[in-house]
Amino acid sequence: MIVYILCFVLFLVGLYGVITRRNLIKIAISLSIMEFSIFLILVLIGYIDSGLAPIVDPGTPAQVYVDPLPQAMVLTAIVIGLATTAMLMAIAIRLYRKYKTFDIREINNLRG
Amino acid sequence: MDALIPLFVAIPLISAFLIVIFGKLIKGFHRFLGPLTLLILLILAVYVFTGLGKSSISYAVGGWTGKGGFPLGIYMVLDGFSVLMLCIINLIGLIALFYSLAYISKYTAESNYFALFCLIVAGMNGVVLSGDLFNLFVFLEVSVISSYALVAFGVGKTELEASFKYQVLGGLASMLILLAIGLIYWHTKTLNIADIRSVFDAGYNRSFYVFVQVLLIAGFGMKAAIIPFHAWLPDAHSSAPSPISAMLSGVLIKAVGVYVLIRLFFNMFVFSYEIALILTSLGAISMVLGSLLAIIQWDLKRLLAYSSISQIGYVVMAFGMGILLLLRGNNEAAAVLAIGGGLYHMINHAVFKGLLFLNAGSIEHRLDTRDLKKMGGLSKVMPVTSTTSFVASMSISGIPPFNGFFSKLIIIIAAINGRFYLLAVLAILVSIITLGYFLKFQRFAFFNKATGQAVQKIKEVPFPMSFSMIFLAVLCLALSLLAIPSVRETVLSPAIDVLIQAELYSTTILGM
Repeated sequence: MIVYILCFVLFLVGLYGVITRRNLIKIAISLSIMEFSIFLILVLIGYIDSGLAPIVDPGTPAQVYVDPLPQAMVLTAIVIGLATTAMLMAIAIRLYRKYKTFDIREINNLRG
Repeated sequence: MDALIPLFVAIPLISAFLIVIFGKLIKGFHRFLGPLTLLILLILAVYVFTGLGKSSISYAVGGWTGKGGFPLGIYMVLDGFSVLMLCIINLIGLIALFYSLAYISKYTAESNYFALFCLIVAGMNGVVLSGDLFNLFVFLEVSVISSYALVAFGVGKTELEASFKYQVLGGLASMLILLAIGLIYWHTKTLNIADIRSVFDAGYNRSFYVFVQVLLIAGFGMKAAIIPFHAWLPDAHSSAPSPISAMLSGVLIKAVGVYVLIRLFFNMFVFSYEIALILTSLGAISMVLGSLLAIIQWDLKRLLAYSSISQIGYVVMAFGMGILLLLRGNNEAAAVLAIGGGLYHMINHAVFKGLLFLNAGSIEHRLDTRDLKKMGGLSKVMPVTSTTSFVASMSISGIPPFNGFFSKLIIIIAAINGRFYLLAVLAILVSIITLGYFLKFQRFAFFNKATGQAVQKIKEVPFPMSFSMIFLAVLCLALSLLAIPSVRETVLSPAIDVLIQAELYSTTILGM
């Protein structure tokens, strides 16, 4: 139980960062933290205590294996997360070139 | 015919990568391949649409079919509802891409634009076709990540800021969706939508069930820009290049937002009264607030973006009413009417909102401004833009010969039949407000006196742009034919049947 609560705390840490930070890079980092808390939950879903890696050995059947599907999901989700982070960074760098700052209080052309 | 299903994803993906590789080497390669891809997809979609009828077919990726009603591999499912969405996506995509041929010349890196456009279409086709939750998430990310890039395509100050805002909120939404998918897998040990339904039918833990539903409403509601989650939409949709705004507002928020919400809440979850009430009231709130926020805008594309929120509200409200009526059980005719009206309005909104954003793009192309106060007197110098935008404005605000009138009328009749009198009154009121702000747009853009001499020198837009606008305007008129019951029967009823007989989806897919 404690691990799930820790995952949730990590999620809240990320959410706090997204809401309160004023720096574009820090917002991106907080988003990544949130993302990874969810990846951890996904891995935990497939984990079975004292389970083996899911490679079936015909010699010794009836072993306990961990669930491989959430692991495949997490690998895919990490790749997607990489793409979103790269995209965020590219936009943040372009914004820095336009405004000479990362502070969101000074990047406020759009309102309403 | 089931071998055609993966082509809807494969063709745009292949041409996106071909454009990236050869676009810089061969001059004009992307201008040729991009529209050709969308044309092939549209022909395929129409072919599948005519051949499918009321049946539904599925394709097991890699030949991994199920054993004894227990699916093993990844399924792609094509039924009446998804084929309708495929037609809309590829039609609006083709028109917007054809329009871009002239519009995009003011930007650099043309080939990247066409490649991203193909990717966004591939993602949306994938979302609509996917039969399991995780692939749905992957295709959703493919389309929204390319839309982040396309929103920032102008690399000006506002474009970049809008894209950053869109990415932070879109990232949050994607995380909520991923969490919900993980929790569903934890509980049911399957990712196939049809299989999840059969597990839920066997029994579920109620508090878990409600938690997952709320997560999904928040996640996909943010993608669909229903009102408490709408903050990114006016910025993103007004900053993007205009053909992209037409794609985002006309198709993307429907394909990755409303379509998925409806698919999951009709075919995956068992109907529940509370969720239907939430959907109906969220729809009604965004319908009213969206139109009230639109009327105070002076930036043309922001006005159109807020109006998108309001029209999406109509669609969500109609589907919410449909669930409520189905749950009541004594008035199925009204439920059919509400769901059919929602579908009809969704198709219509794709057409007229696409057209309006293309009009805004034409004005921006010639005048270099989006401020309504700086326009005026354009009806003489830009007759095609003026006429087509008049058609679109009248159909979005529900003036009789055009399609918007009939879909709104059907929704209102359904509301009255189902005894939702308040919703009917709100729908009529919002329709009047919509007429108000589109008359404002018409007056300030086209019929006011010109503010400067510069207006006299403006010419009509080049052929690809004017052709696309005329085509969509004709479609606005042609779609009102769907109001005739026999036509509506053949076009909409396969989709309506999928949603009304919600439990059949699971048994048909698992039985294959």
